[in-house]
Amino acid sequence: MDCKTSEPRRGPRSEDTLPASAASAVKVVIVGGFGVGKTTLVGSVSEIRPLTTEETMTQAAVGIDDIAGVERKTSTTVAMDFGRISVNRHLVLYLFGTPGQERFWFLWNGLFEGALGAVVLVDTRRLEVSFDVIGRLEDRGVPFVIAVNAFPDAPVHSTAELRAALDLHDSVPVIHCDARDRGSSRDALMTLMRYLHTLATANLEPQ
Amino acid sequence: MSGEPADGGTDRIGRRGGQWEGGPERLYVVSAGRGARAARPELDLVTLIVARGEPGPDCRPEQAAILHMCDYPLSVAEVSAYLRLPFSTVTVILAELLDSGRIEARAPLPAATLPDIEILEAVMHGLQNL
Ligand SMILES: Nc1nc2c(ncn2[C@@H]2O[C@H](COP(=O)(O)OP(=O)(O)OP(=O)(O)O)[C@@H](O)[C@H]2O)c(=O)[nH]1
Ligand SMILES: [Mg+2]
Repeated sequence: MDCKTSEPRRGPRSEDTLPASAASAVKVVIVGGFGVGKTTLVGSVSEIRPLTTEETMTQAAVGIDDIAGVERKTSTTVAMDFGRISVNRHLVLYLFGTPGQERFWFLWNGLFEGALGAVVLVDTRRLEVSFDVIGRLEDRGVPFVIAVNAFPDAPVHSTAELRAALDLHDSVPVIHCDARDRGSSRDALMTLMRYLHTLATANLEPQ
Repeated sequence: MSGEPADGGTDRIGRRGGQWEGGPERLYVVSAGRGARAARPELDLVTLIVARGEPGPDCRPEQAAILHMCDYPLSVAEVSAYLRLPFSTVTVILAELLDSGRIEARAPLPAATLPDIEILEAVMHGLQNL
């Protein structure tokens, strides 16, 4: 019996429900700077329209205006877009797009915990945004692949140049992709899975 | 442009030098009176939630909404999105529902160090069929 029938029903459309047999889920993180195509990639391969979940953080603000020792708090809310792929009747893959800038890293604790790996979306016009992200993933031991999103006005670098600029371990795959294209986005995910598979079979520590 | 936060393209380029600033605490937005239990099961963004039954007359609107939308499995992230509530708020409500046995939580597959090969093969197979 409903507690409150006036409330409109919220939840997935019937075509967006998972089968009752869905037993467990895994996740992959799509990480990159603003406007690099995270949501686009998620949307290209997702079986549902991308949804948004929010997280909020407060932090004591450190600043020169902290006279009198009064602690100010700043609050940051970050929206994360995500999508879903039903792998089979039992297993579901979720894809989370998250901003790569350092100030959003508070999101990362829960997000990367148990994640299979990450796709780092790189915009060659702002390569430096990826530096911190890559360092952070390496520190956390999260395996990742690099997907270079092709924007028309972006400088073209060879894979070797990119590898050098990003200081990547030789084994880290670098691919070019168009996040707007379903096949291309799927290939990026597939590259990550193959890479993870190689790591798992070789039982190597990701670098 | 004006007022927009600088987007990385500043002088902060030292990539391995970037220090993680001592783990800022997450804010658990807890509405009045909804104390979180100490021994709360870990809820991940991709923990699948399934209702164990219809909402009773005693439950609050957001609890009822969750029980309705989880008649089939739904991830915590999706519950958060459909309720338009932050993840940390949703986990508090879900913990209460778990405590009272009204929902079941299906934990994500652990990827302790490296993911299981069988999981990866299943995912690759699934992607091939996209
Ligand atoms: N040319 C080209 N444009 C793209 C590609 N991927 C995304 N775009 C465009 O870039 C713009 C930003 O894409 P989003 O997917 O919103 O980027 P985002 O990373 O989610 O952005 P934020 O969430 O705002 O940080 C959109 O207009 C996309 O159509 C790509 O591979 N090639
Ligand atoms: Mg986005």
